[in-house]
Amino acid sequence: MSIHPAAEITFADRSRQGAAARLPSRAGAGFKPQHADQILADDFRIGFLEVHAENYMGAGGHPHRILTRMREDFPISIHGVGLSIGSPTGLDPEHLARLKTVVDRYQPEQVSEHLAWSTHESHFFNDLLPVPYDAATLNRVCDHIDQVQETLGRRILLENPSTYLGFEASTMSETDFIRAIARRTGCGLLLDINNVHVSATNHGYGARDYLADFPLLCVEEIHLAGHAADIDDAGLPLLIDSHDRPVDDLVWDLYAHVIGKLRHLPTLIEWDNEVPDWSVLKREAQLADAILDRHAATDMGLRHAS
Amino acid sequence: MRPDPVSSGAFAEALFAPDLPSPEGLTGRQETRPQRRFSVYRNNVTVSLVDALASIFPTVQNLVGEDFFRAMARLYVAAHPPTSPLLFTYGESFPAFLESFPPAADLPFLADVARVERLWLDAYHAADAAPLDPAALGEISAEHLASIRFQAHSATRMIRLQHSAGTICGLDRAGQSLDGVNPLLPEAVLITRPAFDVSIEILPSGGAAFFEKLLDGHALGDACLGAAEEAADISALISLALTSGAFTAIESPEESTSP
Repeated sequence: MSIHPAAEITFADRSRQGAAARLPSRAGAGFKPQHADQILADDFRIGFLEVHAENYMGAGGHPHRILTRMREDFPISIHGVGLSIGSPTGLDPEHLARLKTVVDRYQPEQVSEHLAWSTHESHFFNDLLPVPYDAATLNRVCDHIDQVQETLGRRILLENPSTYLGFEASTMSETDFIRAIARRTGCGLLLDINNVHVSATNHGYGARDYLADFPLLCVEEIHLAGHAADIDDAGLPLLIDSHDRPVDDLVWDLYAHVIGKLRHLPTLIEWDNEVPDWSVLKREAQLADAILDRHAATDMGLRHAS
Repeated sequence: MRPDPVSSGAFAEALFAPDLPSPEGLTGRQETRPQRRFSVYRNNVTVSLVDALASIFPTVQNLVGEDFFRAMARLYVAAHPPTSPLLFTYGESFPAFLESFPPAADLPFLADVARVERLWLDAYHAADAAPLDPAALGEISAEHLASIRFQAHSATRMIRLQHSAGTICGLDRAGQSLDGVNPLLPEAVLITRPAFDVSIEILPSGGAAFFEKLLDGHALGDACLGAAEEAADISALISLALTSGAFTAIESPEESTSP
């Protein structure tokens, strides 16, 4: 009996094009070890897996055993959450060395971090805290990204934040600030569309206006996630970037809008709290795949017509 | 110049001080002092660190209940914020905090339970190493037996406790009832991770002295002498040293003299 065609397609999707391979322009999932067996057994092959670098900074044990197994079958993105690139007190060289160890160990297709800070002096706050958009902070962030890219020997992507407040010290818009970082450091950008929606709502500007100003050509990966709704002191809506539920319909609309412009981009579904069964996370990923496929099909149609 | 509370440290300082107003220099949409917006960050920081403690000390949480645990953990987080972005290393001073936490005074064994749980997670993340092949002892000649030393696995931990916290953790993590456990009996606990799963072993009489000596790099003969002072079953202890996964290799003086 010959190999079933579907099996061939699955196998082709799984193969990687050597160490310099890029993430596929498909949906990926934030990897949770409790999903490992289901992901491996699933006929549906997720496009890639993304892990938080800090969870793999221990020396050994189950975390590395499991990720090593996943890495055999899937492209991997390593997403740092603790480097504190916006820190006013400098990067922690020990932590940067630990990130390099993880990157060297897994040779991921992609490495990314946040435009945020999480440490001050010796304290670690375990949250992505905001920075003012001024010249001093821009210089500092660019120096830190240079330092990271030099140490890792590769480019990283920087993710736009979700923020709940602004700073009197800010002298430029977030999009101008991010564009300047990309231009000066050569880093790529990770566009978190849920963060765009959360920040736009919290600060009272239009998400599509933000996207129109955003340096979209530098974007190499997209994040999608769920958020919670609250209100501020003035009774205005305040959205919280909670990663604990499905992607909001308005965020899906923004995603389709961005994919309509950019066509192909690796797209991660993040779900870090109240983590559901794999089937639920997979369904979200398939929704993103469907949007990517729709635009790919439109492109094919255009090519045939011309 | 406008104040920048990130560079000045005022933002960081206010995160763990719920009684402080939000720092100067922040903006909301209409508020001059966006207290509630700042509280989102305060809440994110505290809740995520309390969650981290709950995942590091699940048996402590089971013993006191979730509400009590979270209220207690909030106080610990504010007084002892983590100093590393590796949250699986957090809570080293949690046992000492529990010991001096008056509302938990009627559960004197709580601190020892936390000590076992902290060591359990250290072992979980320790470097991989193949455990000792018990047959290795058969290759040692009788005359050299007393002078062999054992190389510890990087995951191995041993601790003497005033309370039966190893028994409590072992049962709780296996989902078994604690009925009939006397928490006030002292015990010594050996924590090992021969492959990937962490194991909690309650050491028999003399076991603490025996494993302390071996883990400190003393010869087997010294370890046996130490154990003998506590009425120990020496052959059972040697057997445990060989099969527990606590060690990775035997160093024999034979090897060093005749390579």
